[in-house]
Amino acid sequence: MSTPTTHSLRTFPLRDSATMLRRNLKRLLRYPSMTVLLIGMPVVFLLLFVYVFGGTLGAGLGGATPAGTTGGRAAYVNYVAPAIILMTVTAVVQGTAVTIAMDMTEGIIARFRTMHIARVSVLTGHVLGSLIQAVFSLAIVIGVALLVGFRPAAGLGDWLAVAGFLLAVSFALIWLSVALGQVSNSVETASNMPMPLTLLPFISSGFVPTESMPAALRWFADYQPFTPIIETLRGLLMDQPVGNSAWIALAWCAAVALGGYLWSKRLFNRESAR
Amino acid sequence: MPTNPSRSAITVTGLRKSFGDHVVLNGLDLNVARGTVFSLLGANGAGKTTTVKILSTLVSADAGDIRVAGHDVTREPDAVRAAIGVTGQFSAVDNLLTGTENLLLMANLNHLDRRAGRRRAAELLEQFDLTEAAKKPASTYSGGMRRRLDLAMTLVGNPQVIFLDEPTTGLDPRSRRGMWEVVRGLVASGVTIFLTTQYLEEADELADRIAVLDHGRVVAEGTAEELKRRIPGGHVRLRFVDSRGVDEALRVLDQPSRDNDALVLRVPSDGSMRALKTLIDRLDDRAIEVDELSVHTPDLDDVFLALTGNPAHEKVTA
Repeated sequence: MSTPTTHSLRTFPLRDSATMLRRNLKRLLRYPSMTVLLIGMPVVFLLLFVYVFGGTLGAGLGGATPAGTTGGRAAYVNYVAPAIILMTVTAVVQGTAVTIAMDMTEGIIARFRTMHIARVSVLTGHVLGSLIQAVFSLAIVIGVALLVGFRPAAGLGDWLAVAGFLLAVSFALIWLSVALGQVSNSVETASNMPMPLTLLPFISSGFVPTESMPAALRWFADYQPFTPIIETLRGLLMDQPVGNSAWIALAWCAAVALGGYLWSKRLFNRESAR
Repeated sequence: MPTNPSRSAITVTGLRKSFGDHVVLNGLDLNVARGTVFSLLGANGAGKTTTVKILSTLVSADAGDIRVAGHDVTREPDAVRAAIGVTGQFSAVDNLLTGTENLLLMANLNHLDRRAGRRRAAELLEQFDLTEAAKKPASTYSGGMRRRLDLAMTLVGNPQVIFLDEPTTGLDPRSRRGMWEVVRGLVASGVTIFLTTQYLEEADELADRIAVLDHGRVVAEGTAEELKRRIPGGHVRLRFVDSRGVDEALRVLDQPSRDNDALVLRVPSDGSMRALKTLIDRLDDRAIEVDELSVHTPDLDDVFLALTGNPAHEKVTA
């Protein structure tokens, strides 16, 4: 029998988070169909919006046409790409919620809870894993967008800003869906929970300019968080002035990340009902 | 019951827990000596799993004083967690990881260095007869293998107190016996085991002491023998050569009762030598010929059904 040790009561959040991250990356690799499905959705939307709706929608862009492009489909690819990029993030976080819910329904989380480990590492492992998954998915989706005619005007500095900004957005939405995944009682619910995140980009400036919407809807679209996020992305990618959007978007990210983190932590520390 | 804290791995006094209006544990008192197997026996819904969840810091108690491995579960949950291992009735393995990876995950979380972790994982795979399946994902394991992997993962951190919540529920007889062997081995190495089960046979086989849980209370506690002695049910079964013997015996014996078999009688008895001699002498005196004699002591089934009262509602498997 091992003798009781007192030094063992220290926790190692970084080390435990790294362990949990390795576990989650292994799981992602063992279950690749999930990632493929998640990347598939924004790609399908991209192709749909460019080739099916793109000609007509592009012609109607009018004044909102990004500089240096002529109307029609080619203009629309550039217009819609930021929205599709954001949808990639919302698809990844939907995956996060499902993965978390799967974990919670399995006994292994109960085991972690009875172990003397840094508790938050169970969650941070998921967050880091999803973040890596998001980077990977974003690279693929942006690649496909470039293949179908997306022609960003961004310089190196802009691209770095885009990368940093997307990381911030992903980080915030991932923490939110870590909470959503825990709040769901089943994997099915978990996959539906982040549905608003998938729908919100449609009611923003992502697919059509908000000026074309009815007054009430336009008001909502102008003030919901995804519009400043998309405007920031669009500004950086097309080398246009970003204005206040970046700050508003980052403020939203900070608020969502903090809220998601606190909510997640609280949910994780609550007791199982039975 | 002597309660010496330094010799106790688990002490529970006045434990209460309700979920809403439903009272699950209604004043539970337990004392488990170090290095022994303690079995909490009860039907489904008696409160066994809730007890394990509270003792393993997963759920908090409404009231009561609970110490595990010398630490208070409410005030020092981390110290308790550092000393315990839990294997629940629903296996807590990562299905997408292989057996080795599951064990290495535990080694990392226990902060073993890489080499020590690999060595420990290999040892446990060997000990639990999982070496062949080590590189396969746990999702491909049979129920028995999964339960063994689960327990192996619990052991990576060398816990002093191990909670086994219905470790053999749903296992086939061979896997069940395999699990029993493992448990015996663990006790021999000095750990304390808190075992819940709905199988009387399992408690009888493994436990040093047994507490019978019914409706959130301990209704009896003791060794298997003590519990069996507490209730009536011991008898001598006599088979006679012919019906004349049966009629004769019915006249001379104390409280005989008939059996399904027309040539068989049951006579209440504690099974002691003296009682048997008296019985045989009496039959001999009348020259009643007995074809077959067997002594029956009550088994834990009798004990359980007698103690928990309503056998019609709660079926117990043995």
